[in-house]
Amino acid sequence: MDHFLNMAPWGLALLQALLYAALGPLLVGWVRKVKARLQNRRGAPIIQPYRDLWKLFAKEARVAHTASPVFRSAPYIVFVATWLAAATIPLVATNLPTAAIADIIALVGLLALARFFLALVGMDVGTAFGGMGASREMLVSALAEPAMLVAVFSLAMTAHSTNLASVVEYHLNSGLVLRPSFLFALGGLLLVALAETGRIPVDNPATHLELTMIHEAMLLEYSGRHLGLMEWAAQIKLVLYGTLIVNIFFPWGIAQSLTPVALGVGLAAIVTKLLILGAALAVAETVLAKMRLFRVSAFLNLSLLLSLLGLLSHIILEVGA
Amino acid sequence: MDTGLLLAAFAIALALTSSAVSLGAGRIPQILRMLAMPLLGLAGLSALAAGLVTLVEGGVIATTLPLGLPWLPWRVRLDPLAGFFFTLIGIVSCAVGLYGPVYARAIERGRESLAALGVFTGLFLTGMLLVVLADDAFLFMVAWELMSLSSYFLVAFQHENGANRRAAFLYLLMAHIGGLAILLGFGVLAAFGGGFGFDTMRVAELPFIWSSIAFVLVFLGFGMKAGLVPLHAWLPEAHPVAPSHISALMSGVMLKVAVYGFIRVIFDLIGQFHWQWGVSVLAIGSVSAIMGVLYALMQNDLKRLLAYSSVENLGIIFIGLGLAMVFLSTGHLVLGSLALIAALYHSINHAMFKGLLFLGAGAILHSTHEHDLEQMGGLLRRMPWTGLFFLIGCLSISALPPFNGFVSEWLTFQSALQAWQLDSGVLRSLIPIAAAVLALTGALAAACFVKAYGIAFLGQARSRHVRRARPVPFGMRASQGLLAAMCLLLGVFPASVIALVDVVARQLLGEGLPQTTAQGWLWLTPVSPGTASYSAPLLIVLLSLGAVAVAWMLRRGLVRRVRHCDAWDCGFTPPTARMQYTATAFAQPIRRVFGVLFHIEESIDLRKGGEAHHRLIVRDRAWGLLYAPVARAVESAARRVVKLQSGNIRVYLGWTLSTLLVLLWIIS
Repeated sequence: MDHFLNMAPWGLALLQALLYAALGPLLVGWVRKVKARLQNRRGAPIIQPYRDLWKLFAKEARVAHTASPVFRSAPYIVFVATWLAAATIPLVATNLPTAAIADIIALVGLLALARFFLALVGMDVGTAFGGMGASREMLVSALAEPAMLVAVFSLAMTAHSTNLASVVEYHLNSGLVLRPSFLFALGGLLLVALAETGRIPVDNPATHLELTMIHEAMLLEYSGRHLGLMEWAAQIKLVLYGTLIVNIFFPWGIAQSLTPVALGVGLAAIVTKLLILGAALAVAETVLAKMRLFRVSAFLNLSLLLSLLGLLSHIILEVGA
Repeated sequence: MDTGLLLAAFAIALALTSSAVSLGAGRIPQILRMLAMPLLGLAGLSALAAGLVTLVEGGVIATTLPLGLPWLPWRVRLDPLAGFFFTLIGIVSCAVGLYGPVYARAIERGRESLAALGVFTGLFLTGMLLVVLADDAFLFMVAWELMSLSSYFLVAFQHENGANRRAAFLYLLMAHIGGLAILLGFGVLAAFGGGFGFDTMRVAELPFIWSSIAFVLVFLGFGMKAGLVPLHAWLPEAHPVAPSHISALMSGVMLKVAVYGFIRVIFDLIGQFHWQWGVSVLAIGSVSAIMGVLYALMQNDLKRLLAYSSVENLGIIFIGLGLAMVFLSTGHLVLGSLALIAALYHSINHAMFKGLLFLGAGAILHSTHEHDLEQMGGLLRRMPWTGLFFLIGCLSISALPPFNGFVSEWLTFQSALQAWQLDSGVLRSLIPIAAAVLALTGALAAACFVKAYGIAFLGQARSRHVRRARPVPFGMRASQGLLAAMCLLLGVFPASVIALVDVVARQLLGEGLPQTTAQGWLWLTPVSPGTASYSAPLLIVLLSLGAVAVAWMLRRGLVRRVRHCDAWDCGFTPPTARMQYTATAFAQPIRRVFGVLFHIEESIDLRKGGEAHHRLIVRDRAWGLLYAPVARAVESAARRVVKLQSGNIRVYLGWTLSTLLVLLWIIS
């Protein structure tokens, strides 16, 4: 908090937030590209998501007669809440002031705020598909959110802190120690990330069949800049979960001081790590099939169980030692 | 007499006056809305002032009243704990004072007795204030009974409906079983302390076995009032049938008085902590939280949904209290006071948002005469202010930042995450499981209130009277606005609130939370800045700055036009109101996943002409597992006792004599 009035870290924090927004479409484009190559297609260029966003922002928005003010304000709330949540996660450097504003529990809370409005707009226009999407989204999140919190609790208890920057620094300073709790938490968090970002096997981001949609079903009525913001928020969320996983479990390379060299290394490191994770996601999406809805609860219970095992193994094996 | 106590006395006098003037409402109906309800609001204001003065000064004022029995005068005491609960009662009573006149006006032409409403509301508030103020077991129990009895009459207010009468009777029964348990608990304390005064109980040294008996009795009694699972089943029956502002008082405030009683007796009077107690409170709290929210999700009656969600929130409060007891039993004073403050914070939060939501449900009821979610829809466009305030309530109760519910859940999580400091491995692993339950509860609460808000306020109206809803009068809107503003204030300035509440923990446990507010009003750092920090003011500033910036950039340069059209719905015919998702359908996935926890009867009846009807009943398992067996046992015992009733006076005299002899033999 001592550097609170210092302007330079705030400037860097703003840059980092902008980087999150810029990386979002890139990661999605990369995943799509890798997926296409795995399916023997050439695929769209990696920068296609940027073009899509630009196209959406340049189009006129349509709003149903039955829509309420919630419908028009929700895209801004969802986008800003997701973006702010992302901005609190150390991306390139650990020592930024935004990290202190919201710890990991507040991060989960901000994502829940975004989801709350997302589900509300699903129900706003009064279509059956929207309500269905909202109902399913709340089921998935009700099971995924506790799993995520429990997974991060075992990290927080190890580092004795819920501040993400402290967790990352603790992990960096303690060196390469193989902790069973981290392995369990990583497993749990990976499953949660798949569910929360709406990827296969929980949801299919490329589906065109309304009855199988979760995330897309809530956005069916959006168009133009509203749709663009919602899509962008989803892309940022993907980067957010990716960064969370790679920077907590594999933090090496992240800048611990604010020198240009360290920051450059940090940037290169995070881009590399995200590209690897994105490729892994594409492979997983290619080899897995989408589950039907009521299998999802078993999938998420597994992630909760893994996270709980992580927490208990931390408490039983690691605290006393 | 000191300012705080004077203001408290003034509050009680105003509440009693409100009750007294209402006697005339039978003749002149206007008295209720012109005089009685404003007096109630003033009583609330005065109680709020008394509470704030006590919290700021941080002292303890006690005095003896010239009332009571000759050898047992009533004593009152205003300490920071009582002051905190005075504040809480005061704010909600203010809102009720604003809401009440509109309600009273609406029923002036009805058949309900206005006098009864006014008299018992005044007595109800008096009872609650006196419970908090009491400094001896005698006055405490008298006030407790005053509170229970007057609220019984309010639950039975619309007694033409048979279901309401049944709910009221059940409430009365449970309140008295609970009252009995509390009385017995006080009996144990008084026996060791040698008097009914709280001061003697405070210094008494109880052996573990007797203090445990007292703990069980007190937990049973206050837990029953607080609606903890498995004793909760009366609560969702009784709270919704009262007029909405009374529901707000009952759910928002009276349950907190039970929390107050529990804290007063366990933390203050008994004053010793054992981890076994802490773990049992933690377990019951966790079960209440999760069962409460799951049952809330299954409800289609808006007020019943809110009542079940009260069970959930009281569970969260008791999770905090259980954590505090575990930490205190192992000598971790700072962590204990952190968990206690988390529980207190959630108490005042729940009072604000549950009061707000019940008043919102009352506004809907006032405007549409509808309490069934399946008939609602599209109310946001018909009642924009109520819609906005209700949204704030939903966001707060779902524990979303930057609103107040999030702060108290965050504090509870923070204290649970300090479990690594405990020495016992069992406790260390139990507490994180409770934290996991709390996380699941929070996520399900969000689902529950997406359902409530989405079905009631969004979409299209599902019935004709809801389509014609009109905004409610100013008083109703103002009362909701007041509580909504409190939700926002308590959410955005947590460090300032804790700086004020800290004195409760300091006075009760001798240890406060100096670290929490050490970084100024901007930062909340419960243990230390390195461990955890949260800045709600910065969060809300950044959220609004970001939203404004994004909106401004998008509207510059690019297309800014918005065209209104029919809903697209994937190109099918424009949707009608009947094609929307229903409340039952919304909860179906969760009903299926958590099916074992409910008693579900579901069938499809085929009727003549090939018409199919879907029938679904979700019952509370507590009825079948606890209430029905107990009721059956009591009934069969009664059937045995009835054999004594021969109708012959000589046999009765014989029984009386033998009983007397046995009693004399026991005494001697």
